[in-house]
Amino acid sequence: MKLTKDQVKHVAKLANLPLTTEEEERYSEQLSKVLDYIDQLNQVDTSNVEPTFNVSGQSNVMREDETAPSLSQDEALQNAPKKENGFFVTKGVFEEVEGSA
Amino acid sequence: MTNNITKLTLTETIEALKRKEFSEEELNQAYLSKIDTLNPKLNIFLEIQKKSRGIPAAIKDCILTKGTKTTAGSKILSNFIPPYNATVIDKLSEQGVSVIGKANCDEFTMGSSGENSAFGPTKNPWDLNKVPGGSSSGSAAAVLADLCTFALGTDTGGSIRQPASLCGIVGLKPSYGRVSRYGTIAMASSFDQIGPMTKSVEDAGLVLDWISGEDNYDSNCRKEKFTLQPGRLKAEIKGLKVGVPKEYFGKGLDAGVEKVVKEAIKKLEELGAEVVEVNLPHTEYGIAAYYVLITSEISSNYARYDGIRYGGTRDLFGPEVKRRIMLGTFALSSGYYDDYYAKAAKVRTLIKQDFERVFEKCDVVVGPVSPTVAWNLGEKVTDPLTMYLADVYTVPASIAGIPGISIPCGFSDNLPVGLQILGKYMDEETILNVGEVYEQATNWRKEKPKL
Repeated sequence: MKLTKDQVKHVAKLANLPLTTEEEERYSEQLSKVLDYIDQLNQVDTSNVEPTFNVSGQSNVMREDETAPSLSQDEALQNAPKKENGFFVTKGVFEEVEGSA
Repeated sequence: MTNNITKLTLTETIEALKRKEFSEEELNQAYLSKIDTLNPKLNIFLEIQKKSRGIPAAIKDCILTKGTKTTAGSKILSNFIPPYNATVIDKLSEQGVSVIGKANCDEFTMGSSGENSAFGPTKNPWDLNKVPGGSSSGSAAAVLADLCTFALGTDTGGSIRQPASLCGIVGLKPSYGRVSRYGTIAMASSFDQIGPMTKSVEDAGLVLDWISGEDNYDSNCRKEKFTLQPGRLKAEIKGLKVGVPKEYFGKGLDAGVEKVVKEAIKKLEELGAEVVEVNLPHTEYGIAAYYVLITSEISSNYARYDGIRYGGTRDLFGPEVKRRIMLGTFALSSGYYDDYYAKAAKVRTLIKQDFERVFEKCDVVVGPVSPTVAWNLGEKVTDPLTMYLADVYTVPASIAGIPGISIPCGFSDNLPVGLQILGKYMDEETILNVGEVYEQATNWRKEKPKL
């Protein structure tokens, strides 16, 4: 399957990956080649096959709801590029729009 | 003296320490001075810790070590100092093991040659122009060059077994769920396993004993701990059924590698094993299914790198990481999920069933680890698909979650070849026994490069 440059742009947006024009072209070519290879999966008859998502055989692993020691606030923040008053600093999610209440 | 200390296996080192043949300080000094000489040539360690206590181990840099920089070979984590230890590090520490260095690897463990590290490739100690394999490139090279008593690597689709094969050391990928993944930087969560990379088969059993077992921080980690019996490994394979899959000896397998692996299988037969031909018919779809499944898990896992809580911004990802995030995001995107992710998950079932059927007829499956010996640095970097195909014999076991080991079984073109032994789910004991018998009957593990 061919992945066009427009599709690459769309996927990069979904993945929040900033790509250069040159990268978009390269990935369009390389990923198309990989997808062509992956297309051979269509030769396999899977009509009566259940999917496998986990191979550990574990499910619904429960524990008592008890508190336990965890990272201190300082430790949790120690690698943050920007912090303020014990908080992570991030870009605003809801931009203030002119005219809104 | 120095040279002799670093030649010892982990088991021999522990015995020698007990007999007080040398002190822990002398042990550490011996390894550190060897690292001083060889690390600049081989680019194995990203961080070196000068300590005088403990049994020195090399730890792949995707495994968190509290207070010691852990980058996973990525620029995005170039300043990351973990605030906690991976479970395996705590478990090793209880056994008196110390971290002598953080070993280079392909960025976020994505690669088969070590060349995807943001901090330059590790060189293969057998030939500095060759790749050591990957992604546990530094761990394999460190064990081979005697820069540690043993190393930890991680294996998602072959990242322990393949560099072990290309360097000529022992590398064990445990069953999925045998070892806690807590504190290893995830690539694909339903595949990743931490495992030992060692100088002998017995060492691999010992390290697995140390690191396996239940952990409340990894719900996929099972209760069953692997215990190396006090009588050690059973050096006996008479009557054991060894399955040889014909799909592992087809097109693409280098003739030199094939010859060496077939001789090793003949040796197992001489040692009393019964060789039976088996079929793993879905092997050819392994790589295709694997690259859909793992990239899907990657696209989800790597959303966490937002540059807010830790790490840099997403433009700092290297090309292979971006490629995999893109592929996985596409495979999961609206309109394509059923064609790619769901389809690959069904093929995963078929590959798992292949092994289940085969293990009704035999106790272990043997074959090559890698279709070729170590290749030239730079040879495959521009063609991702060719690089992916290097994992054709290691990926199926990862898809099925079963354990596999690579043990040195000879040379082709003066470069090492590994024999892969695969076992039933949670039956590391049998593959270690087979490895031990083979190792005892041969001298391959004693071959070392001149450095």
